[in-house]
Amino acid sequence: MPPAATRQLLTQLLTGRLPTGAGRWWSAPLAILLVGVLFVIAYFAIADEFPFDVGRDVGHRIDVWLDWLEDNLSPLFQAIKDVIVWFLISLEDMMLWLTWPAMIGAIALTSWLLVSFRMALFSASSLLLLATFGLWESTVETLALIIVTVTLSIMIAVPMGVWASQSDRLDAILRPILDGMQTMPSFVYLVPAIAFFSLGNTPAVLATLIYAVPPAVRLTNLGIRQLPAETLEAAESFGMTRNQMLLKVKIPLAIPTIMAGVNQTTLMALSMVVIASLVGAGGLGLDVNRALGRIEPGNGFLAGLGIVFVAIIIDRVTQALTRRQQAALGSD
Amino acid sequence: MTANGEPALSIQGLYKLFADDGSGLQMALEGLSKDVIQERTGAVVGLRDVNIEIVRGELFVVMGLSGCGKSTLVRCINRLIEPSVGQVWLNGREITAMREDELREARRNDLAMVFQHFGLMPHRNVLDNVALPLEVAGITKPARRERAATALELVGLGEWGGSMPNQLSGGMKQRVGLARGLAMETPVLLMDEPFSALDPVIRRDLQDELLALQEAVQKTIVFITHDLNEAVRVGDRIAIMRDGEIVQVGAPNDVVLNPADSFVREFTQDVRLHGMVTAASIMDSSEEALAGQTDDRYVVLEDAVLDELVPAGLSATQPLQVVNRAGALVGVIPLERLARAMVSDEAAVAATAEGEPAA
Repeated sequence: MPPAATRQLLTQLLTGRLPTGAGRWWSAPLAILLVGVLFVIAYFAIADEFPFDVGRDVGHRIDVWLDWLEDNLSPLFQAIKDVIVWFLISLEDMMLWLTWPAMIGAIALTSWLLVSFRMALFSASSLLLLATFGLWESTVETLALIIVTVTLSIMIAVPMGVWASQSDRLDAILRPILDGMQTMPSFVYLVPAIAFFSLGNTPAVLATLIYAVPPAVRLTNLGIRQLPAETLEAAESFGMTRNQMLLKVKIPLAIPTIMAGVNQTTLMALSMVVIASLVGAGGLGLDVNRALGRIEPGNGFLAGLGIVFVAIIIDRVTQALTRRQQAALGSD
Repeated sequence: MTANGEPALSIQGLYKLFADDGSGLQMALEGLSKDVIQERTGAVVGLRDVNIEIVRGELFVVMGLSGCGKSTLVRCINRLIEPSVGQVWLNGREITAMREDELREARRNDLAMVFQHFGLMPHRNVLDNVALPLEVAGITKPARRERAATALELVGLGEWGGSMPNQLSGGMKQRVGLARGLAMETPVLLMDEPFSALDPVIRRDLQDELLALQEAVQKTIVFITHDLNEAVRVGDRIAIMRDGEIVQVGAPNDVVLNPADSFVREFTQDVRLHGMVTAASIMDSSEEALAGQTDDRYVVLEDAVLDELVPAGLSATQPLQVVNRAGALVGVIPLERLARAMVSDEAAVAATAEGEPAA
């Protein structure tokens, strides 16, 4: 039965306008059938128990399907894992090779140039504090994890957001999926992620991705959709093609909003590091996890503080970047 | 009509209905009213049976209240809004029949547009803003920069090429918008309320500047405004719109002094009293009238407007004598002619026709 007909029928039923002779021949019998089904449901509802339970079967089907994926796509999973691990290790090695004074100096300098001298002081002292707590290596590991995850998130999210901004249909499809990605409890996909990639940083990165991609997609999409109509009209009046519009006008003008999405993604990713450590990610998240396992809340607190410091530094710096972009565009 | 020649831009039987599934258009073609159509189908009539011929080099003003469809009309010319039915012809080519790629070419080469809120790209500096349409048209970087610089020169912003749009005032931004339109070197320039967002003094400056530029470039301009004073000031001809229809088309004088109906009359009243009817336009400058005028108690300047003539006329017992700035007698206004001008537009027009040899 075509959806339009269903809608029409429901409208007729709900508005009390009975199907007339002008309606389709099956509308009357269908209405009777629908009422019958409602009665059956009502009967069982009164009987206090739902008549079916297929939950176990469906869940089992999903398991079988996941097993099939694991068996048949393992080369693909291995390749993804190799790439992610290679990036993580290289980045981590590079930061450790740079040594802590150079790293802290560089981060403080960035904070100074982009935010303020006070922020530079905060960055330097908070990172030094972490180093004195013996958390430097963990901090670097967490930083590497965040950088790789955020880079991947942006590579996925920005094109997706741009695409969604060009198609209302895709936008409508994507919206509930993004909601799902953000609200689905992460443990639900952590387990299959382990099955595919085994314990380690890779399932952690991918699980974090699922959580961190949606805000960047949403903000990219929004950034492009909310551009002033007259600016777009002007661009159209020059005879721009769709691609020219996108590359010369829409994306450049949406950069501040896209940057806000990057900021959100980074914070989302940071909020996942403890959960990520459950599937084998290292860094500050693992320190928190371990301390809790050993019932050493003091150490857990210190590592947690490390996550907070990293979050504040990243947030302030990316926010300053966003503001700069906004200032460059000004209010036209 | 000051320009002459064949029509450069011709709009024929143009209709635009919004939120329409086709039934509204059918009803509009049958002549049902806007309200009836909206009530029965939900469709909104934007334009109804618009027919306009615009001559090459003419500055054609479309004027009306907000929501009358004038912005829709100008957007139907370059199809930023797709008309429901009807034709737009540009120099013998039908824009409304063009494929998408042909339309893009026409927008690049034939139809520049200037917008009310300027439509500048905040991420590009002034020069690159002016050069953007040329970039789109595939003109090389040195060539487009040169053309953009020349256009900026033309609007008096030669020094500002390196500034960002948000560093400019509103008037300067619109000069950039105008330069961008001029740099495209199109035969037609569409201007959608270009000066409405500016304050009155700047607006007047830009109107003057536009007229001076038009003198030099002789483009075919479609100029949208809601301000009759502006329309009268810049237009070669004026079309007045109401509810998506053209109510009257004519030269500024004609529209002001001879309104087609009460709607236009109401519209033009302020202008008529304040600006259009001058001593020169109603005086009698024939030899007989001038002869024997010795009583110089009631003298008015030839550019005095009706509002100023009325007090003089009320205290006068003799015809008013009209003098030019040099003090020479150029005409006479018999009191009964002044009275007619005060009470009746038709009379004023008649008086104009008799009394003034050249406009």
